[in-house]
Amino acid sequence: MWEYTDKVKDHFLNPRNVGFIDDFDGLGEVGSLACGDALKLTFKLDPDGRIADAKFQTFGCASAIASSSALTEIIKGMTLDEASKVTNEDIAEYLGGLPKEKMHCSVMGRDAMEKAIAFYRGEAEKKIDGEIVCECFGVTDRQIERAVKENGLTSIEEVTDYVKAGGGCENCHDKIQFIIDKVLGNAPRAARKPEALTNIQKIKMIDATLEREIKPALNQDGGDIELVDVDGNRVLVKLRGTCASCSKSQITLKHYVETKLKDLVSQDLVVEEV
Amino acid sequence: MNGTIYVDNNATTRVAPEVLEAMLPYFSDFYGNPSSMHTFGGSVGSKVREARAQVARLLGALPEEILFTSCGTESDSTAIYAAVRANPEKKHIITTRVEHPAVKNLVEHLGKNGYRVTFVPVDRNGRLDLETLYRSLSDETAIVSVMWANNETGTVFPVEEIARKVNARGIVFHTDAVQAVGKIPINLADSAINMLSLSGHKLHAPKGIGVLYLRKGTKYAPFLMGGHQEGGRRAGTENTASIIGMGRAAQLAIDSMQDENTRVKALRDKLESELLKRVPASMVNGDPENRLPNTTSIAFEYVEGEAILLLMDQHGICASSGSACTSGSLEPSHVLRAMGVPFTAAHGSIRYSLSIYNTEEEIDFIIEKMPPIIERLRQMSPFWQQAQRA
Repeated sequence: MWEYTDKVKDHFLNPRNVGFIDDFDGLGEVGSLACGDALKLTFKLDPDGRIADAKFQTFGCASAIASSSALTEIIKGMTLDEASKVTNEDIAEYLGGLPKEKMHCSVMGRDAMEKAIAFYRGEAEKKIDGEIVCECFGVTDRQIERAVKENGLTSIEEVTDYVKAGGGCENCHDKIQFIIDKVLGNAPRAARKPEALTNIQKIKMIDATLEREIKPALNQDGGDIELVDVDGNRVLVKLRGTCASCSKSQITLKHYVETKLKDLVSQDLVVEEV
Repeated sequence: MNGTIYVDNNATTRVAPEVLEAMLPYFSDFYGNPSSMHTFGGSVGSKVREARAQVARLLGALPEEILFTSCGTESDSTAIYAAVRANPEKKHIITTRVEHPAVKNLVEHLGKNGYRVTFVPVDRNGRLDLETLYRSLSDETAIVSVMWANNETGTVFPVEEIARKVNARGIVFHTDAVQAVGKIPINLADSAINMLSLSGHKLHAPKGIGVLYLRKGTKYAPFLMGGHQEGGRRAGTENTASIIGMGRAAQLAIDSMQDENTRVKALRDKLESELLKRVPASMVNGDPENRLPNTTSIAFEYVEGEAILLLMDQHGICASSGSACTSGSLEPSHVLRAMGVPFTAAHGSIRYSLSIYNTEEEIDFIIEKMPPIIERLRQMSPFWQQAQRA
């Protein structure tokens, strides 16, 4: 049995905004029966261009229904610019978290929102971006790349949890690993240098990796990171900007910064905030 | 109605009160080791012998053909490894596309390690393609393993007939009978089946006890090695209390076989026909002719199984689903997919599996609660309205 939060259970048992707005301004449809979940989202704007009403129809499990319900609650009252910035993490967070195997439900909500906005703006239905990697669930390399970047994913399993890719016949696992490595800037695994680093080499490499690989990504979200000290294998850092106040900063630190430093510098490193 | 309505007996069953009662003294009072030389341990040994005879009687087997194991999965692994080890030159295995993971995953593993595996397909009703099975038999075949009854649909396979044909070719035949034993009469006395697996907790014995039937004269190599227990065929100190419970459960199963195949079957039939009548766009998965008396798998189209189960849970009704979301995998049940059940139906399939403890009142309660649950989810489903318009 899944460990759902009370919020997920509440939004599943008492879903908000079920239905279809006949005179909708925006309509977004994602998913399919074959995939096991699907969401049809409609919204109506008020004269100020804010979302006056949003409704959903969902086929899927409890967390798919709860994510859809949460999405409609989140976006009501938002401008389309604001709504377009809603991420799958926002949906998951609104629900007090989702089991990791169910993160794709929140991604589905985000995707439906994007489609509905594109529909309103008259942007031609975007062709499926990129090349299909996962045949079982029709997931493209671009979608995988995006999920890896936005959520700091580091394993095939996590990619499957977020966008389903790799969850069927598993034939695409090599391709998914390739994309993960590319995004994380990993050298091909075999090429990693095994020799021990001197302290000074280690500090230089950590600093260079932070500058080149990590800061630019954090800067995009208005955050920043500063290297304070390196004590043996402990990397002491300070988070700045939005990162400093972000509730997910520990996740960023462990999942993203630490993983990256482990991959690019040394597997023994541990990152700590000071 | 209060409390729990349990119709998930293919997942596990309640330990029968008689079984628990038989077991309890063997934890605290008679805790001796049956292998010991003293009377204290030896008296437990005689109870283990009695249990072995009780299980043998349920199967129509000889006591020496019964090995106690830790679970159905261990019995399956033991059987399949015994056959491949006894025939090291034979590198071919035949099984079906609808086996339980205990067989499926093991055979797939062997498939990646030097074995050629034939997975026999099933038709839309879950019936085996026997022609393909027989055509695949070769001098290379080490073992044929076919489940007696399918855990998801309850479909019963003609294992006796298959065993005779396989045996006639000198090939070992194993059946995973975990779902069949205790629910339908089995008599191995005149059978060509070499090995059969069963699991205690599917027939009101506790979890953690299994049985492997090993027909006399079948080539065998132990899976667990160590002490001399079970005649040197399965090492490890006997799980005495559970073995004694298993024996009592076997005896109860003989006594309740009639009830299972009349009253329980009638309750199952009522549940099934009423749900089909009251819920539009619903259908039965599996072979309605050859089926366990306690099981029905019903597909409710355009809704998803996990959501159905959680709404049933609100009423205390416990069942299972073949949907992807319940398993943590993303694909719906391999059994339903092998049968070619369309995705519209596979994701919304619910398995109800009854036991002798279910009452008509409970079944009526389920019949009353299911239609509004399905209706409520369909009102939310974009596909239901599309289907209505079409």
